[in-house]
Amino acid sequence: MINETIGKSGLAGSNELATNWTLIATSKEFKDLVALKKTFIVPACIFFLVYYFALAVLVGYLPKLASTRVIGTVNVAYLFALSQFVAGWVIAALYLVAATKFDALSDDILARVDGRQGSQ
Amino acid sequence: MSNSLAIFLFLFFVAGTLGITYWAAKRSRGAGAYFAAGRRITAWQNGFAVAGDFMSAASFLGLIGLIALQGMDGILYSVGGFIAFVTILLVMAEPLRNLGKYTMGDVLAYRFRPRPVRALVAFSTLTTATFYMIAQMVGAGALVNLLLADSGISYNMAVAGVGTLMMIYVIFGGMLATTWVQIIKAILLSACGLVLTVLVLERFHFRLLPFFSAASQISYHQQSQLVIRDFLQPGLHYHPPHGPLDLISLSLMFVLGTAGLPHVLVKFYTVPDARTARRSVAWAMIVIGLFYVLSTILGLGAAIEIGPDSILANGGTNMAGPRLAQVVGGDLFFAFVSAVAFATILAVVAGLMISASTSFAHDFWTNVIHQGRERKPGESVRVARVAGLAIGALSMLVAIRLGPASNVIILATFGMVVAASANFPVLALSIYWRRFNTAGAVAGLGVGLLASLVFIVTGPNLMGLDAASTTGGRHLIQAQPWFPYENVGIVSVPLGLLAAIIATLLTKEPSAESMFDELTVRANTGLGAERVSG
Repeated sequence: MINETIGKSGLAGSNELATNWTLIATSKEFKDLVALKKTFIVPACIFFLVYYFALAVLVGYLPKLASTRVIGTVNVAYLFALSQFVAGWVIAALYLVAATKFDALSDDILARVDGRQGSQ
Repeated sequence: MSNSLAIFLFLFFVAGTLGITYWAAKRSRGAGAYFAAGRRITAWQNGFAVAGDFMSAASFLGLIGLIALQGMDGILYSVGGFIAFVTILLVMAEPLRNLGKYTMGDVLAYRFRPRPVRALVAFSTLTTATFYMIAQMVGAGALVNLLLADSGISYNMAVAGVGTLMMIYVIFGGMLATTWVQIIKAILLSACGLVLTVLVLERFHFRLLPFFSAASQISYHQQSQLVIRDFLQPGLHYHPPHGPLDLISLSLMFVLGTAGLPHVLVKFYTVPDARTARRSVAWAMIVIGLFYVLSTILGLGAAIEIGPDSILANGGTNMAGPRLAQVVGGDLFFAFVSAVAFATILAVVAGLMISASTSFAHDFWTNVIHQGRERKPGESVRVARVAGLAIGALSMLVAIRLGPASNVIILATFGMVVAASANFPVLALSIYWRRFNTAGAVAGLGVGLLASLVFIVTGPNLMGLDAASTTGGRHLIQAQPWFPYENVGIVSVPLGLLAAIIATLLTKEPSAESMFDELTVRANTGLGAERVSG
């Protein structure tokens, strides 16, 4: 399937594939890779930044809410702070899983490039 | 008795690190080995090494003391230090590994005219490293001061001793030795944090609610009045009018700054490829996250068991952790924890030294002065060693001038603010923005660096009026602070970023734009990345 798409995108047939960065950069495979990465990384970044800065906003600007006790004397602020660690670990785990797909796509691109180099 | 044991353990760790340095020096030859450990470090090894590199005296000594005095406000430091690694994981580690050779300057030199960019990057790297180094030296001096005061070793002698040691590391060692010292230190530090937490909670029969209940009624003196405070409640330190925005500023500094710290970033050059770099960040997040969760217990524990009054009176904030160990674990454990804190400092100092001297040798000497050619083999390694000596001497002098009372985490944040305002925006823009160019990079680095320095110097951390009776922790400049916020990132980060964007939009550099294709292909696929060597 990758071979087909490479044929369509015009990657095959180039004589300078190893050095022609623009050709690789504009190929469909590469654009797909970058687009796929973006669909994970951009939302993940927005989520963790919003979630993270919410803690500073809570502690700084909403001290009443932050001090509300939930279990015993443990309050919203401390629980929210702990949840940051959980959120960080979950994002990291999800990213590691998603990245296996990125790796497969970039391996395909590298294989194409190596193949061209070998045949020259 | 505890003192002689502590001295023995200190010497044991010093001997251990020197042994590793000797072992690694025999194994590695050439620049690739010296600067990047031959790129043979595995994912878990690098994860622990990154944790060992990042969790400095600031994390162990500074952070626990800060939470013990500021409660919830201090806990935000724990969260920030951890969350910062999400930024590194998602946007920085992999492109950096794919694009660079030894330093973050390599990434910028791809598309931009290398000489101005590398010169500035070398300068901001040296600035960041020097701030961090000063923090480690103050920590080492304070530790020795508390522990060995009656053995005749003074704060100044301790600082000089650590300074000499780190010069030995940089002269004989290299990245391989540094990495192993950091791995071992990360394991020791995590183990210490774990045992210490267990000992603290044991006093509450491992029931968390009574522990937090005790933390909600800490009594101490504030302006000679006895007050009782809930340490989980915000506002102990950061209160209006400037407090809330200061917290946002603090968070901004962590989340961007850590991903711009040269000594953390160089660790990603020591692994074989970007995938290993990615997995090593995940390992680092496990180690750092666990330690920082525990640090909240340890900080509150120090507030409960020792109390803010006693912390300030004996040894200062930096010694809250070791003293907690003494209270809950006895003299033996106290000596061990102090020695581990000392080993922590040695490991971080080794890492700082190598990143700073690498940047000077590789970015400035080889690429700026000699336009990318190494005239004699081994010259860059020699230059790196000389640079290391100079930085070591400078930070030694400043640390002696500052004295043991300055909180080391506050000192370390100065370096991080430079990284957040100058290094990170320029690195990120050069990887992700096609239009970005040399003028933008130079403006971003220059303005970010300058703004951070100006606001740090005129801010309340260094500038302030102390009562004539204050002996420890006097402000460096005795005047009303000009800049109201302790954390200057809220102003310096946007300034650096705006300068980078405006300077880019005002100029055109077609060569930088056309090189973006190569950069983005390399960054995303690892094509043509530096391979395993040495």
